[in-house]
Order: sequence, then structure tokens, then C-alpha cells
Amino acid sequence: MTTAAEAADPAVPIPALSRAPSARSGVRAVRWGLVKLALAILVLVAAASVTFFAQLLVPGDRATTILNQQTGRAQLWSAADLAPVNHQFGFDRPLAVQYVDYVSGLFRGDLGTSYTQHKPVTEVIGAQIVPSLVLTVAALVTAWVLSLVVILVTVKRRRFVTAIGSTWEALTASLPPYWIGVVLLVVFAVELRVFPVIGGTGVAGTVLPVLTLALPLAGFLGQVTRDEFEKVLDQPFITTARTRGMSDTGVRLKHALRHSVLPAVTLSGWALGSLLSGAVIAENVFGRPGIGQVLVVAVNTRDVPTVSGIVLVVAGVYVIANLLVDLAYVLIDSRLRAS
Amino acid sequence: MSAASVSPAATRARLAAIRVQLRPATAASLLVVAFLAVAVIAPSVLTSGSPTTIDLQHTLLSPSFSHVFGTDDAGRDLYTRAVYGARESLGIGLGATGLAMAIAILLGFAAGLARGIVDAVLTRILEVAFAFPVLLLALLLIAIRGPSVATEIVAVGIGSAPGYARMVRGQVLHVRQAGYIESAVALGHGRWVVIRQHLFPNAIRPLVAVMTLGVGQSIVWASGLAFLGLGVAPPSPEWGALLDAGRDSITTSPWLEIMPGLVIVLVALAVTSLGRTLQHRLEGAAR
Repeated sequence: MTTAAEAADPAVPIPALSRAPSARSGVRAVRWGLVKLALAILVLVAAASVTFFAQLLVPGDRATTILNQQTGRAQLWSAADLAPVNHQFGFDRPLAVQYVDYVSGLFRGDLGTSYTQHKPVTEVIGAQIVPSLVLTVAALVTAWVLSLVVILVTVKRRRFVTAIGSTWEALTASLPPYWIGVVLLVVFAVELRVFPVIGGTGVAGTVLPVLTLALPLAGFLGQVTRDEFEKVLDQPFITTARTRGMSDTGVRLKHALRHSVLPAVTLSGWALGSLLSGAVIAENVFGRPGIGQVLVVAVNTRDVPTVSGIVLVVAGVYVIANLLVDLAYVLIDSRLRAS
Repeated sequence: MSAASVSPAATRARLAAIRVQLRPATAASLLVVAFLAVAVIAPSVLTSGSPTTIDLQHTLLSPSFSHVFGTDDAGRDLYTRAVYGARESLGIGLGATGLAMAIAILLGFAAGLARGIVDAVLTRILEVAFAFPVLLLALLLIAIRGPSVATEIVAVGIGSAPGYARMVRGQVLHVRQAGYIESAVALGHGRWVVIRQHLFPNAIRPLVAVMTLGVGQSIVWASGLAFLGLGVAPPSPEWGALLDAGRDSITTSPWLEIMPGLVIVLVALAVTSLGRTLQHRLEGAAR
């Protein structure tokens, strides 16, 4: 859920320009890449540690919980009953062994075993992650397009137009996704019948969920970019370009845009992780298949390994997205230096 | 002499200054917050009905003059329920933000004051925490402890703490470099005196505004959890619970979702706008 509060939040990591290496030195670039990769793996291992210990926090004996869930009863079981469960889930091994097994499983594509479905978590999440990723990436692209159009059209125009642009951003950035989803569903699917109510994963059914996620993010990215865009338009090199006879549209597209998207690029890695968790809500509103359904069922049945697995997958997406963002940042940055 | 200072021209100028400062957005936000305050303290002032009165002859009515928010499947007036739900919703928002701030101040000051290895380790831990979106961290916690109001507050609080912690750390590092800290140290004040009397109040001040923003944010997150059926459960009139209750009839009685959602949006917008204004004022005062 993206809201205006986060726009003012320096918590979202923004790497300093100076941290990016000079592209001239290939060796340094490779070393920088390896360090980044090592840090990313470290974050994942730490995340897996958190979810491992989270599973230990489940109140009571885990084998008892699993048996009770399986049988729908609430009772104490004899050691003979518990032994096979303990063995199946590996609870009978020393904690350190369980820990190493869980964390290393991350690199073997093994996220543990579901308490309720008794099959590997990877299988439970399995194909469900695909529609969620499609939704997430589509929402990110849509949010970028929306925010850039609003920026190009409304920054430093007549006061009235500028006010509409910034109000639109402030408004959309604070809207909770479930509310946008419900409003879109009621207006476009129930009243106007433009889109199906239960969309499935087809193109027509994907439009409204994508907008649900994209609108608040577009507002947020727009707020971040607007500040930069305004500053850039006051820069001397913009005046120079204008005196060379470049049109206003040309100045905005060729110069101002490229210089002002950097903060939003940096935030996109974080946004992808946040969108993926927002997808849980959007999928719920539109009854769309995806990890959202799996996650809500898992939380309701206290299937902690499955919840942990999904959390780790999202953390993984976040880490990979941020690696890509770092890369994009260097590319845009070195191009800026060259020009 | 004194007459000059209260001359009509001067008064008008001062009023104009106040009017300029009180922008329409700020005024509207203050109105929403005032309304909210009355709903929390004395809900019966805002509505004559009761949030639990069942009226089976008037179920699922769409919004009208007699029921501005419509009625639910038991004929209860949705507006009355929303007014009575304000106390619990705001409580959850304040509780979660308070918890987040407490954790953030602890971690942020530890990192900012200790520097060196402690700072490096804490900063890394925060970086790991950022890989977990707030909603997912909250869901993990709910899976472990089971849904309840307490879990909801703790979940949202822990989830949003890393962001504030990073902010507090930045503040501490920033204030450390201020001239008055250097002077206090040069004057021979002890470490803890400097921290308590100079560093702490100055590093905390900007957080007041951030905390205001955070309350709106926390209410939104908590209501998101409730929407998924994992927060406060119906028949409580808490706003998230209202969303949860109306979820199955989105297509047939959409006001059951839209109206409580609108209340949450308005409160979040108002609180955010006030937080921003406060932020600008405090920054202005610091300069």
C-alpha cells in the first residue's frame, strides 16, 4: 500500500549518486557488482533466518498443531502419534540442523513443507506466483506511464493546471488499494459493464486489478518526480536549450525528463516488492487467482511455512529488483556524465 | 501608542496573514479531525441512533437522507456504526504508530549514537527489514499468533518501525553535527546531559509531524488487514471490521464497502495534510 506518507519518508533507500562507480574502470565495476550480489545474498539469508525463527514462535508444539489441524480436533497426542509427524517435518533433528537445512533450501529451491497441505511449499505457491507477477509488473509499467504523462502535462504550466496535477497525485497516493479496487469494480464492472466482475487472468480481467495497484503508485512516483522536474526546469542548461530554440515539449522530453526520473527509478525496486504485497488485496477484491488467495488461506489456517515461503519469495523479488535498479542507476548515471 | 498597534489596518493585515496561512485544505483537514475527535469522545453527539440496533424491515438500504451511509444486512445504520467505530480504529492507529515510534527511537538512537560496528549492524538489520513489505510482515505475524486486535497493532507497529528507525538515525546523525552540540560539549557538559537536553529534543521534534502522518498510514494498513478478514472481526463497528462485513456483497450493496472506505480515506487524507503542514511549520521554526 503506497500512500502519501511514504513520499516524505526518507526511509525508502535512495543510494547516493557518488556511490555509483565510474564506468571507466571495468575491474571496479565487476568488484562493485560482486559486492552488491554478496550483499543481496546476505539479505536473503537474513530474511530466511527471520522466517525460520518465526516458525519457532508458533505457540505450542508444532507436531500437535499439525495433527490437530489435520483431524480438526483440539487435543494432546501421545508420543507415538507425534513421532511420525516430527519425523516427516524434521522437527526431531537438532535446531541447528533444521536451521541450516531451511536456509540452504533457499538456494536449492526448497521452502519447507506446508503444515496443512503436506506438500512442498514451492508446490503450493507454484504456478500461483505467475499471475501475481504479471499483475505486479503490468502495474509498475502502468504506474510509470501514468505518472510521466501527468508530470509532462502539468508541471510548471498555468497555476490551475499545475494544481490539478499535484492534487491528483496527493489524492491517488493516499488511496488504499482495496478502496480503489472496490470503486473501480462497482463503476466499470457492475454499473458500466465494461469489464467482467470476476475477471480471471485474461486481458479484460486484468485491466481493473492493474489500475487498482497502479493508481496509488503513480501518484507516489509522480510526487517524487514532480519535485525533481521542477528543480531541473530551473537549471541553467534548460535555459541554454531554450535559447538554442528548442521547443518546450522538446526541452521537457529530451532534457528535463531524463534528469528527473532518477529518484523514481531508485524507488521502483522497493515499489515492486510493495506492489506484490498489494497484489494480495487486489486479487482478493477481484477474485483473481494468484498468491493472494494462497496467502489468505494459509494465514487463516495458520500454515506458517507457506506464509513464510511467500514472504521469502517477495523478499527475493525485492532483492533482485533492487539489484536491477542499481544497475539501471549506473547506466543512466554514466550516460548523464557522458553527455 | 498602543492604539497604533491595534489600528484597523494592522488588524486587517494580521487577519489576512492568518487567512493566507489557513489554506482551504488545512481548514478542511481540521474539520475532519474535529469531527473525528467528537466521534471518539462523545459519539452520541453526532448520531441519535445506536450502532447495534437491528431493524430487519430496513436491511441493505442504499444511502438516502434518513440513512446517509445506507444500512447493512441487519438494518443497522452504517453512519452510526462508523461514528461508533472511530474510537477503536483510532486506538489501533495510535497504538501501532506509538509502538513503531518506540522501536524506531530505540534503534535509531542506538545506531546514531554508537556509530561504528553497532551502527553498521543495525543499518544492515534495517535493510533486511525493508525486504519485507509491511502487509506481508503483518500477515506472517498473524499466521503465528492468530488474528486479534493486539496482533494487528503489533503487526502494523513492527512492520512500519524500520522506516521510522532509519529516519531517527538520520536525525540523530544530523543533530550531532549541530553547532550547539559542539558548544555544549566544549562547555564541559557530560555525555548524557548533552544527549538528554540537546540531542534528544532536537532529534525528536521533526518526528511529531511524521507521527501524525503515521497514524493515518497505520489506520489504512490495519483496515487493509481487516479487509482480508484478518483484523478486527465483525460485528464490531471498527472501520476495518465494517469493510470485512461488506466484502461479500461488493457487487450488490457496494455502499457497505465504499462508505467505510471513504471515512478511512478522508481521515488518512486529513491527517496526512495536517502532518505535512506541521512538518513545514516545524522546519520553518527550526531555521
